[in-house]
Amino acid sequence: MSYIYRLLAALLLVPLLLTSAGAQTELRDLVNALSGGKLSARAAQIEAIAATGNVHAVPVLRALQDGTLYFRKSDKQIFLTKKSGKDFVLSDPLTLETIATEPRKAFTKVRVNNALRRQIASIIGTMTLHSDDPQARIAAANSIRKTGEAANLPTLNDAIKAEKDGAVLAAMELARAAIILKTDATVDEKVDAIERIRTAGGTSAIPLLRTLAKGSDATLSKAADAAIAEIEQAKALWNIGQTVWYGVSLGSVLLLAAIGLAVTFGVMGVINMAHGEMVMLGAYTTFVVQELIRNNYPGLFDYSLALALPMAFLVSGACGFAMERGIIRFLYGRPLETLLATWGVSLILQQTIRTIFGSTNKEVGNPSWMSGAYEFGGLTLTANRMWIVVFAMVVFSALFIVLKRTGFGLQMRAVTQNRKMASSMGIRTPWVDALTFALGSGIAGIAGVALSQIANVSPNLGQSYIIDSFMVVVFGGVGNLWGTLVGALSLGIANKFLEPYAGAVLAKILILVFIILFIQKRPRGLFALKGRAVEA
Amino acid sequence: MITSFIFKALDRRAIWVVGALVTLAAAVPACNLLLPANSPLHISNFAITLMGKYLTYALLALALDLVWGYCGILSLGHGAFFALGGYAMGMYLMRQIGSRGVYGDPVLPDFMVFLNWQELPWFWLGFDQFWFAAIMIVLVPGTLAFVFGWFAFRSRVTGVYLSIITQAMTYALLLAFFRNEMGFGGNNGLTDFKDILGHAIQSDTTRAALFAASALSLAVAFLICSGIVRSKFGKVLIAVRDAETRSRFFGFRVENVKLFVFVVSAMMAGVAGALYVPQVGIINPGEFAPANSIEVVIWTAVGGRGTLIGPITGAVLVNAGKSVFTAAFPEYWLFALGALFVAVTLFLPKGIVGAIMAAKTRLSRPPRTSTTNAAPEAAE
Repeated sequence: MSYIYRLLAALLLVPLLLTSAGAQTELRDLVNALSGGKLSARAAQIEAIAATGNVHAVPVLRALQDGTLYFRKSDKQIFLTKKSGKDFVLSDPLTLETIATEPRKAFTKVRVNNALRRQIASIIGTMTLHSDDPQARIAAANSIRKTGEAANLPTLNDAIKAEKDGAVLAAMELARAAIILKTDATVDEKVDAIERIRTAGGTSAIPLLRTLAKGSDATLSKAADAAIAEIEQAKALWNIGQTVWYGVSLGSVLLLAAIGLAVTFGVMGVINMAHGEMVMLGAYTTFVVQELIRNNYPGLFDYSLALALPMAFLVSGACGFAMERGIIRFLYGRPLETLLATWGVSLILQQTIRTIFGSTNKEVGNPSWMSGAYEFGGLTLTANRMWIVVFAMVVFSALFIVLKRTGFGLQMRAVTQNRKMASSMGIRTPWVDALTFALGSGIAGIAGVALSQIANVSPNLGQSYIIDSFMVVVFGGVGNLWGTLVGALSLGIANKFLEPYAGAVLAKILILVFIILFIQKRPRGLFALKGRAVEA
Repeated sequence: MITSFIFKALDRRAIWVVGALVTLAAAVPACNLLLPANSPLHISNFAITLMGKYLTYALLALALDLVWGYCGILSLGHGAFFALGGYAMGMYLMRQIGSRGVYGDPVLPDFMVFLNWQELPWFWLGFDQFWFAAIMIVLVPGTLAFVFGWFAFRSRVTGVYLSIITQAMTYALLLAFFRNEMGFGGNNGLTDFKDILGHAIQSDTTRAALFAASALSLAVAFLICSGIVRSKFGKVLIAVRDAETRSRFFGFRVENVKLFVFVVSAMMAGVAGALYVPQVGIINPGEFAPANSIEVVIWTAVGGRGTLIGPITGAVLVNAGKSVFTAAFPEYWLFALGALFVAVTLFLPKGIVGAIMAAKTRLSRPPRTSTTNAAPEAAE
């Protein structure tokens, strides 16, 4: 039985194969016909090729448009060509297989003119409208819109009916409307078309609408004006959204850099000028971890950041612990001396890194999930920036939970609020001090992991963040984590809104001046701690 | 009144210092110009410029000590006043180049021609006159200090906060001066100077004269500081340093006291910068770098803050050390400097001079066991 079925199936397949093969030979003949005939006949030839509706014709037409379609003088065979010295690398026009390399002088170009190129562009457009790749379909719709051939309208209408992808549909609608506006359709149809452009919201349609707005028909120009206004308003809104996003992105970088400082300076009141170097240590730890993984387990590269996080926390945390035990604890109550001593430590750390790794920038790779970009309406969000925003928020929440919900956090707050009382309740205050400082430094190290993805990893990495971080903490209000969050985000957003008007450097200067003035007005920052402890 | 001021300023130690500086101002140029090159006492051109540079650093450190050591204001932005004075002098020197620049423009400095500017910006007017530049050298840093201090001290920004915003101030100026549009030569700053007061800037006599001027300025600044510190006002200054709130309750206008001394100090820093620029031949925005200002603090701390000889000693010692170190082991200078910061704050809080004075007091009064210290701890 099964044998008979198979036979039947085979018999049924034969005509199918035959027709497919037949279509292929037909197309090949049509293509090879391009080698003969005058330029005036070419339009008809191209039309005939297009009429087959065969997708395989697209590369031929594209080559014809680009002028890389040649035929061999000896046998009038058509080839796709690629220059290679004095030779052509030939490939089959339909299967695209590379066939041979032959001297160029044995070939003649299939000539086209600009009118033909336009014709080809619109044909390619309609032919790729049904491609499987949405990007190709969008490109097809765009090329139809640009050529504006009224003849493409029926094909386009069919494609619109079949289309399900929103972005592609928008592009197609736009193309359709653009064509309708150029034809002598009724005013109602045209107004409807303008309406569609408006809802599709393409900024690329604005020039077209402008010409309409200048046109003679009052209803049309009114509709066009309204559409332009709406599209531009939407664009302005998206631009504001984009600026806010850039601001949030910069703010989250500031937040990451400052959040460790919010612990050491904000909670403990220790001025740690080596804070930036803790960030730098974190970045270099990432570099080392990545190098180890790259050389030993290349398959794990995408997880390198996840591995680097605890390492960076430990390295910077240990460094902070050593600093607190070795230097800072002798200087409590003398903030200015602490400032100087930690500055000294920062110089030593910088020079150590420079001696070990050299002073050039180190390349830290982006894992695959951190590269690329997402489109969201009119916004473009790059993946690495987005992850950093997410990461900053996670770190912030984690720190918040540690401070408010754990036993260690409770002890820490007790020690900062009333050291003597905490001590007499049996809390080992020196130990809490050291751990708090280690925590702040460790968080700086984690920030370094994130910053290594967007900044140059060099011994000077920390220097560029230290002043900004202090500004954020002081602006937000010392001893208040929420203040640090609000401070970082608002400074980031303000910076990005000023940039278009003032330029990047001047924007930064303005922000610095603003903070200097702000501190005069509210010396304790945005969210000042209230109570007796303040004046101590 | 002025004579009494000077008289008070000249106690025995001050006479020694001023005398030494004046002798230096006369002897070193003499050794450089009059002695033949093979004489053992001859001082080379290189050495005299280097020493001149140290003296301007010493003046800057002295200026910082006046606010930090005596008034408890730790300014991390004194480099900004120094650089502003330097820029004022640099602008004068630029105007003196005249048509000898690369582009040969009689009025515009080279970098403006390069940027296609048509005329001199208004803030460059007048700098072809030395007297105008000389006024600006003290006026510009003084005005900045006045405006900054007016806001800061009135709203009682103290301690660490003040340090951080002074650092932000010099950082903002650093960024601003890097911009070409500011009209101060951007990244490259001002350089290629030719003449000062009609004398070629590279000549031996000019160098010697600049050294003498630096030494004499330092002597004058020492006298002024000494006068301030020893006057009744100086006692108030120290009272503000040690107990600001209490001084306010006594009825002293703390903010005015601070403002006055801050402005005086900024002016001295400006003069130091102005003397520094012709000796090194360049001024660029790098002088505004916050790191430079912090380095000044360490000179003062090493020498001993709260004494007037301390900062001078510290600036000369640290910079001489730097010159030797960077020549011998360039890799390790930052290690040494970093270690110096840590060691001085931990082990020598009063600096070298302070330690020597403490040792002397201990030697002269050995039997006393009481722990009351002669020099009070500086409060923040």
